[in-house]
Amino acid sequence: MTVFPFLTAILFTPIFGMLVLACLPREAERMIKLIAAVTMSVAFGLTAYLYWAYDFARSGLQFTESIPWIPELGVSYALGVDGISLPLLFLTMLIGLAAVFASWKLDKRPKEFFMLLLILLTGVAGTFVTRDLFIFLLFYELVVIPIYIMVIIWGSTKRVSKEYAGMKLTIYLLLGSAFMLVGVLALYLNAYPPGSRTFSMEALAQAHQLGHFSEEFQIFAFLLLLLGFGSLLSMWPFHSWSPDGYAGAPTAVSMIHAGVLKKIGGYGLIRLGLLVLPLGAKFWAPVIVGLAVVNVLYAALVALVQKDLKYVIGYSSVSHMGYVLIGFAALNSVSINGAIANMFAHGVMSALFFAMIGHVYDKTHTRHIPDLGGLAHQMPRVATGFMLAGMASLGLPGLIGFIPEFTIFVGAFRAYPWQAILAILGIVFTALYILRILANVLFGPRRPEFDHCADARGLELVPLVLLGSVLVVFGIFPQLLMGMVNSGVEPMLPLLAKLHQAPSMLGGLLK
Amino acid sequence: MFHEYALQHAWLIPLLPAIAFVLIGLWLRRVPLLSAGLALAVSIAAFLLACGVGQAVIAQGITVEQPFIQRVPWVAISGLSLDMGVFIDPITAMMLVVVTLVSLMVQIYSLGYMQGDPGFGRFYAYLSLFVAAMLGLVISVNFIQLFVFWELVGLSSYLLIGYYFYKISAREAAKKAFITTRIGDFGLLLGILFLQILFGTLDFAQLGLAIPAYVQQSGTGLLTLVALLIFLGPIGKSGQFPLHVWLPDAMEGPTPVSALIHAATMVVAGVYLVARVFFLFDLLPVALQTVAWTGAITAFFAASIALTQREIKRILAYSTISQLGYMMLALGVGSVTASMFHLMTHAFFKALLFLAAGAVIHALHDQNDIFAMGGLRHKMPVTFAAMTVGVLAIAGIPPFAGFFSKDEILLAAAQASWPLYLMAVVTSGLTAFYMARLLFVVFFGPEKPDNHPHEAPLSMCIPLGVLGVLAIVGGFVPYTYHFGDWVRFGPASHSGLDWAIAGTSTALALLSIGLAWLMYGSGRVSAERLAWRFPGLYRLSYHKYYIDELYQWLNQTVVGGIGRALYWLDLYVIDGIVNGLGKLTLRLGDGLRKIQTGQVQQYGLVLFGAILLVAAWLVWIEPALMGGVLS
Repeated sequence: MTVFPFLTAILFTPIFGMLVLACLPREAERMIKLIAAVTMSVAFGLTAYLYWAYDFARSGLQFTESIPWIPELGVSYALGVDGISLPLLFLTMLIGLAAVFASWKLDKRPKEFFMLLLILLTGVAGTFVTRDLFIFLLFYELVVIPIYIMVIIWGSTKRVSKEYAGMKLTIYLLLGSAFMLVGVLALYLNAYPPGSRTFSMEALAQAHQLGHFSEEFQIFAFLLLLLGFGSLLSMWPFHSWSPDGYAGAPTAVSMIHAGVLKKIGGYGLIRLGLLVLPLGAKFWAPVIVGLAVVNVLYAALVALVQKDLKYVIGYSSVSHMGYVLIGFAALNSVSINGAIANMFAHGVMSALFFAMIGHVYDKTHTRHIPDLGGLAHQMPRVATGFMLAGMASLGLPGLIGFIPEFTIFVGAFRAYPWQAILAILGIVFTALYILRILANVLFGPRRPEFDHCADARGLELVPLVLLGSVLVVFGIFPQLLMGMVNSGVEPMLPLLAKLHQAPSMLGGLLK
Repeated sequence: MFHEYALQHAWLIPLLPAIAFVLIGLWLRRVPLLSAGLALAVSIAAFLLACGVGQAVIAQGITVEQPFIQRVPWVAISGLSLDMGVFIDPITAMMLVVVTLVSLMVQIYSLGYMQGDPGFGRFYAYLSLFVAAMLGLVISVNFIQLFVFWELVGLSSYLLIGYYFYKISAREAAKKAFITTRIGDFGLLLGILFLQILFGTLDFAQLGLAIPAYVQQSGTGLLTLVALLIFLGPIGKSGQFPLHVWLPDAMEGPTPVSALIHAATMVVAGVYLVARVFFLFDLLPVALQTVAWTGAITAFFAASIALTQREIKRILAYSTISQLGYMMLALGVGSVTASMFHLMTHAFFKALLFLAAGAVIHALHDQNDIFAMGGLRHKMPVTFAAMTVGVLAIAGIPPFAGFFSKDEILLAAAQASWPLYLMAVVTSGLTAFYMARLLFVVFFGPEKPDNHPHEAPLSMCIPLGVLGVLAIVGGFVPYTYHFGDWVRFGPASHSGLDWAIAGTSTALALLSIGLAWLMYGSGRVSAERLAWRFPGLYRLSYHKYYIDELYQWLNQTVVGGIGRALYWLDLYVIDGIVNGLGKLTLRLGDGLRKIQTGQVQQYGLVLFGAILLVAAWLVWIEPALMGGVLS
């Protein structure tokens, strides 16, 4: 066990930075940005160290901390990371750092903006490192507040007003949390008799093994969690917040929301849905697979006809979440590995996409695809960023997206061959819409009206370099990611094997 | 020993150009001389190593049955492990030498051709990326490595077709190439997944052992499907009918790229893939038949289009499609030797033809229409000589390279089936005709006064010379040195020249060239009259059978239409429900708000009424409760 409480340090670094910002005068803009950058660099550095120091061979939860908080209710401040949460924590800090630099040119109320940004990142990071459901919900609710304010104040109005977008985003987040809350309470009340009740996730997972959850209960409770986490993960038909929300949100929020926040949905489905309610997961899996196929194809086709760049990426992220859902619902070790890895991969590429779109929008003041064109003339570096993100998005080998997708396909093909084939057909449509925007935005004749638009330079390059290098390095050496994820999936193997043999009600719905 | 070193370090062959790509792309791009210098140095090193590997194959007796294999783990998770590695057998060695040699020639040529281009450094970076990806593909040890590099050559092809990214046509051509090949890759990926599920491995060597056993046990049904899915990949990549449409458009890239990627090397990746996994196809007669017929139809079909095209690079592009069809046909009738032999000679003479065409285009300032050229043989003797050698080689005139390889294919086809042989022979006649047409129109006849051609610079002439020599001797020498003993599948075949077949095809080629001379050289037969006589056929050929239009319609109208319909659904149905629920809440609140009027009298009335109701309930319905309270 480590003596130094790394996770607490990581969690409280942004809070500390936020408090420092609160004490600064609002005129000290450079100082504010600098402190935000330093804060996130420290948090990212610590997380990167954890990623490096994590012991694959030992797997399971590491860097654990636990302090009883409300013993009467069984709540404790318990932290810990494993191969599932550590990549997502790393992703949070990576994107957080990039988001700070992507907002470097922001001049409207920077003090409040960066304070809210740091709160938001704390909230997201908290959901990934906690081992206690109560704390999990606490951090989750912490996320909602800054998101709403940031969209309303710093957002942009295009097809829909930013107020509408902010409202939609927030209501969906809250709606998700309402279902989640009921589900979590049901778990809490049914797991153990009064007196020994606990919010500890491990203990709840054990409750299943002890047979405390009947199958009917699991099916019901899983449905609640699925509605909550599924809408967070933009599962069809609960996805329509995603394109509107991302379009309305400022760059940093789009990056964090598409990059990591929606991954809480996938994370929750695995951590709670699968580990605590495996029979429920098995019952609903065929439904999820069906919806996931719709996600993949439907969103890809809709992305094809969008006119606003952010809508394309918004629908693209809905489409990619279909792959995550399919990987989850195929319920075997390979596919779940792929689902988790794909959450990481998609986080990096979508954050890079939004950062590049943000830059283009800052300079050209438009995101309307027919108005753009030939930007590779004026902005070759931004064009490189677009190309990297686009190629990763369409699953080009050598970039981060390929191996996770391939892994999902292998796993899903085993369990649901027909649905998998339909989902794989998505790679053609993905290529269609990605190449369409690359061609229409970057290439073509030089447009003199953009000649005044400067390429990214200096600190503006940080998001591109940071996220781009992760895209490439993890693409060429996928084991860096897959090894970590696999160490988180390995402890599930007995559960998955047992689940595979367990009979399901109605023989599993629609199977 | 150098060859031992080369064999053990064969992984350096793709790695060196990859490093060059990174260095040039990140730092050296702005310095043309350094970029080109590094790319060339790396190409020379790769070529020497490839020769070393070839030498090692001969010296150590590495055969197709006993390849040299190295593997390193790439991804390993519970339930799935993927390797990268090196797989060297005579086929690999031949491909390595051909690819490194042609790419070296093209890089030398580009020194002159691309001189002064603002993107010079970027061009060499992309070329290096391509060379790395192609060589990585060639030495693939399993399907996953093959797929990885397969996609990467697709990327470099995309980048190079779109090299002149400010041109709308180039940008659209690049997109088309990527998407069309992606459709094929969808099949390839499915096939690979099937293999992974069925056999738990993607390794060529292990599959080579497992598949025959599986066929004996469970028959060929599912595997035929798998092979056909895999074959979709080569259909896309190697421009086979009906996914050939991207290849002619790919000529939007710089001409050296057309020579290297879209003629000599990348497009043969599909042929190479089928040859590499021939252990699968060989057991599946239906799959082989499909390969053969696809090849034959493609060969004939593309040749019939090439007859009427006007752009010099387009004619060459259709001839490439046609020759790739020959290679597929050879595989389909079971002759890996003939296919690989033709692949090699084709790489030489097609690169030569493209580079010569490039010299013409360069001299005439990007003129592409052959009927705007003419009489160039006086001013451009070297190019003329090179083009003539290329045309004679592709037409199959002895003793040029194409004669020997094409003869092997015709022989193999004749032994397999008459209809296939007939199509192949007719195609070879058409080939000789349209290639001779190109030669006569461009180099003979009167000079056009507007043109001021000049001979190509030395850097462009050297590759023409080297490839010209190879196009002359590249068929005869391997033929006499037992090419078939090394590059083969199954037992070696020692088929000598079949004089009947060779004679027929040669006579037909000479006749076609003569006819072309009458029509385009001396002008004794009017081409316009012929076109006028058969207007339907002419239009069908000139408009490429309207296949592009069909795909355009499918993409724009069908796929786009579905997208628009779904977007409508999203906006008005799904979001309609979402917003409707939101509005419902508002209305509900609004309605309930009206109750709160603020009038005390109204509140008093409601209160009084409620008391009355409770009292009535207690008196009449629950008197017992009433009694309980009172007592």
